Amino acid sequence: MKALCWYGKEDVRVETVPDPKILNPHDAIIEITRTAICGSDLHLYDGFIPTMEAGDILGHEFMGEVVDTGSEVKNLKRGDKVVVPFTIACGQCFFCKRGLWSACDNTNPNAWMMEKLYGYSGSGLFGYSHLMGGYAGGQAQYVRVPFADVGPLKIPDGVPDDKVLFLSDIFPTGYMAAENCEIKPGDVVAIWGCGPVGQFAIRSAKLLGAARVIAIDRIPERLQLAERGGAETLDYSRCDDVVEELKFRTGGRGPDACIDAVGLEAHAMTPSGIYDEIETRLFLETDRPMVLRQAIQACRKGGIVSIPGVYAGILNKLNFGAAFGKGLTFKMGQTHMHKYMKPLLQKIMDGAIDPSEVISHRVALRDAPRMYKVFRDKQDHCTKVVLDPKAA
Amino acid sequence: MSSQLIDIPALKARRNVNQRKRAPKALRIPLIAGGATLAALGIIRRSPLGIAMAAGGGLLVYRGITAKGGWSSSLIYVRKAVSIDKPPEELYRFWHNFEELPRFMRHLRSVRSTGRGLQWVSAGPLGKSFSWDAEIVEDRENELISWRSLPGSQIENQGSVRFQSAPEGRGTEVRVELMYQPPAGKLGAAFAMLFGEEPEQQIREDMRRFKELMEAGEIATTDGQPHGRRSKITTMLKSASGYGRTDEQMGAQRVVS
Repeated sequence: MKALCWYGKEDVRVETVPDPKILNPHDAIIEITRTAICGSDLHLYDGFIPTMEAGDILGHEFMGEVVDTGSEVKNLKRGDKVVVPFTIACGQCFFCKRGLWSACDNTNPNAWMMEKLYGYSGSGLFGYSHLMGGYAGGQAQYVRVPFADVGPLKIPDGVPDDKVLFLSDIFPTGYMAAENCEIKPGDVVAIWGCGPVGQFAIRSAKLLGAARVIAIDRIPERLQLAERGGAETLDYSRCDDVVEELKFRTGGRGPDACIDAVGLEAHAMTPSGIYDEIETRLFLETDRPMVLRQAIQACRKGGIVSIPGVYAGILNKLNFGAAFGKGLTFKMGQTHMHKYMKPLLQKIMDGAIDPSEVISHRVALRDAPRMYKVFRDKQDHCTKVVLDPKAA
Repeated sequence: MSSQLIDIPALKARRNVNQRKRAPKALRIPLIAGGATLAALGIIRRSPLGIAMAAGGGLLVYRGITAKGGWSSSLIYVRKAVSIDKPPEELYRFWHNFEELPRFMRHLRSVRSTGRGLQWVSAGPLGKSFSWDAEIVEDRENELISWRSLPGSQIENQGSVRFQSAPEGRGTEVRVELMYQPPAGKLGAAFAMLFGEEPEQQIREDMRRFKELMEAGEIATTDGQPHGRRSKITTMLKSASGYGRTDEQMGAQRVVS
């Protein structure tokens, strides 16, 4: 089959590799009909995530048709159309049973690596480094899906792929970020980053009853898309002080909740941004928590900082004193996908939201290497790239 | 904790006297060179951080100088705990079926009941294997099993596993304690290759696999999945770091149906 393989920083190639096969009895093999490049794939592309190996197949947002099932798979059969969550969960452990699906105990074969770094290991993820399990990803023609009875969500006939593909990650991720804000009537939610996750966080915050959503970015087409989703916009490149601007717009009180939908690769030509640039180049810190610092500073007293943006390692000069002084609550982590997919499919079917709105590019799998660069550099008004592995 | 098979304080005392952890000889030059560099950088910094760097560098140099060669025949003591979302009876029953232990203990080839007790055979490097006989010392249903090697075994060892109900339906806390006295000489070197420099990690992995089998019904793996061309270095490192059997070699053993 054809698959997009990682070979190093800014080096991804479409190669011919062996087809996947059933390795465990709860596995299924999916023939992929649609897959996407995620903003978090760009962290791999930029070499920010450790424990990648040359030849690893990327991709964790995908859907397709079941073509083979292991001996213990009961809920799926050949021909079923499914969307697959990017986190792999067993459904049987302490964490799965409590709805903390992305903390599953039993799906990361390299759990020991993560335990060394983080104390404990989360669930395995598709196509996201050996630290996260080393599972081959879905930017390919076929993929092996473990615990196929637990993760994949069956899609009824007649629903277009483009509308449901993002149930695999970014829609639930944006939704959980908004849900973590515990929105109450009258609340103002500020969202840093109007990439795809930010867009879904905006729309979800509105669905959950936020009175106002303030979306922060600098890319015009992303700000326009945010406006279409019901947000007021704040172009940080035209603003001296984002914290002061937010304070002014919220009557001096500050946003009730702040969402960091940017994560570890934040950048800006400010003292804080330049500091992070230098520190990461000297390997004195691994992540650039510029947005996080701003969100902490801007958030109102007793407010919530919700973090769907990915952080991986060590953060320096974090204004933890401000967080303590204001009594903030932090909510973060990989999305508990399995909890959100079904109810959010219902919202799509009801017409409450159309996720395909964020797609800017539809291309064949073989064009993926070029599109990684275009997406990373935000060229060509790129907001979201969908790949068709069947296109010639 | 209830009375333990292994007297930990006595063991620890013995470790501290005789088996102060020393770095392997191969690390001597990197330790001394790296330590000296760090110390020098620290000294020219003239700051609190610099003092810390100098002290750290000095420690590394010391570890380099005291590094010793080969595998030490020191006593190895390991204990690990894991919580499993199943009742103690079920876990005890699976474990008590000793022939089944190789299903999650990667370095074991087989366990067989013999007239004298249990014969353990472990998969060694280069197709070689070790074997030893052990007897069950204590067996309390659904609670505890402990064993010890019979006198004259190649690898002197003793161990125990305990199953304790966790409160409020949180399954069972499983605690394993193991002690080995690795053999000296050539056999010792082969033993080191088999159990690596980190027996702790291997016990932890065995217990993780036990948990996965019991809870999820299979052991998670990516062995045998597709990938693009690997670099030669990655392939070399992988084959060198392996011990016991791969997931592929364990095959259907990795599954409970």
